[in-house]
Amino acid sequence: MTGKPVPVPTPETQPFWDGCAAGELRIQRCADCGRPYFYPRPVCPACGSRNVEWFTASGRATLYSYVINHRPAPGFEDDAPYAIAVVELDEGPRMMTSIVGLPATPEALELDMPLQVQFERRGDVSLPVFGPREAR
Amino acid sequence: MTGVIIAGAAETDQIGRLPGHSTLQLHVEGALNAVADAGLSLRDIDGIATVSAPGPVQVAHALGITPRWIDGTGVGGTSFLLHVRHAAAAIRAGYARTVLITHGESGRSRVGASRYRMEASSPVGQFEVPYGVSGPTTTFTIPALRYMKESGLTHEQLAYVAVAQRRWAAKNPRAAYRDPVTVEDVLASRIVAYPFHLLECCLVTDGGGALVVTSAERAGEFPKPAVWVLGTGESSETPMISQMADFTESQAFRLAGRAAFAEADIGVADVDHLMIYDAFAHVPIYGLEALGFTGKGEAGAFIADGNTEPGGSLPLNTNGGGLSYTHTGMYGMFAIQEGVRQLRGEAAAQVGSPQISLILGNGGMFATAGVLVLGRQPG
Repeated sequence: MTGKPVPVPTPETQPFWDGCAAGELRIQRCADCGRPYFYPRPVCPACGSRNVEWFTASGRATLYSYVINHRPAPGFEDDAPYAIAVVELDEGPRMMTSIVGLPATPEALELDMPLQVQFERRGDVSLPVFGPREAR
Repeated sequence: MTGVIIAGAAETDQIGRLPGHSTLQLHVEGALNAVADAGLSLRDIDGIATVSAPGPVQVAHALGITPRWIDGTGVGGTSFLLHVRHAAAAIRAGYARTVLITHGESGRSRVGASRYRMEASSPVGQFEVPYGVSGPTTTFTIPALRYMKESGLTHEQLAYVAVAQRRWAAKNPRAAYRDPVTVEDVLASRIVAYPFHLLECCLVTDGGGALVVTSAERAGEFPKPAVWVLGTGESSETPMISQMADFTESQAFRLAGRAAFAEADIGVADVDHLMIYDAFAHVPIYGLEALGFTGKGEAGAFIADGNTEPGGSLPLNTNGGGLSYTHTGMYGMFAIQEGVRQLRGEAAAQVGSPQISLILGNGGMFATAGVLVLGRQPG
């Protein structure tokens, strides 16, 4: 049985994974043009500035698109069928993720539904996943 | 006009399931067939282009070619369209006279094929692979639900893309799947990754093909009618599907198309025959819209209304496409081959006497694009 793949941080992504370990979704924004972005890299993709900074995102997102995978990747045999989703953070950037706490069915997964980040232990990292956002 | 022609074009003797052929052997067989099609010998070839692996050095060496120009551009299944574009520039510059572009892939049998592996420290390895993606069926497909919500594209219209292409495949003895299918058949095939059913996903096959590209000044020197390369374009958008700017449109398709139309100095109304890389049923829909053949959100209905199938006004993917003809993994070479056959009047499902064929190639998951405008006349 193969385990699920574990991401290996690189120097420019380490602060993201450190944030996940602390239960925070830390992403970057440009200190010059103000634009938040993901995935972690040392240059603003909007304006080319190297003057970028980390901040803690709200963890709120909406469901942008997804598939429900019936042919599991190695390590995911017990999960199939499972949703692979792309969410749009309230701050703007999008990221791929898993949806937890909801059945992997088209009926349960409505595009644009509100979601909230959670963190799931995977090897020696914490992985951001998203579940339903409780009404407050 | 780019100043070059395709003087030779051929596929491997067979395509499909070829456990007796290694990846390299498929390159070699396609190359020999294309060089023979051009009425040339390997000694005439002075430029080589192909993807890794095995790469241009290996292919050239296997064939005994000593190149003075090499292109190893490997940006997925559209790479061969980019090779044609780069070869045109090289030939104009005098860096090469006669360029051989090869494709071979043991996609199904995996003989002598490199293993697909994504480093866990790469961006994809960190930010997509941990969520259980397993190749193109789970990544190329992710934009579709967003497109469906925004455009109103129905599951039936998406399924119809496979129906229309099967109608072309039925006319092609080399196509892997030739039996007619209905929308109901497509929707009844097993779900691979919702909303995609098996018949909305491309084949996985073995095969190859090659092209010989040379200066347009030499048109008339070869046994087959010259196919003029009238316009070309290339672009890239994202290495990760999750970072595609807008899930309802391909920026790379649009930019590559715009460049090719401009270079050829033509518009959509001038195109008689169209090939759009169809790894999955939604890709021709994105392609038709990005190239401007339909308005945004309209391409699904355009296909379902019969416009792209036999008897329609815009013949699309007339070999049966990746969904029904063949798909080795990097299908772009086969899309070019069908465009050449149609312009030469030698296609299995020949659509009259088209003057202009446009080929749109995709690489990765909406990662890269190449476009070729090919003509029966110099322009």
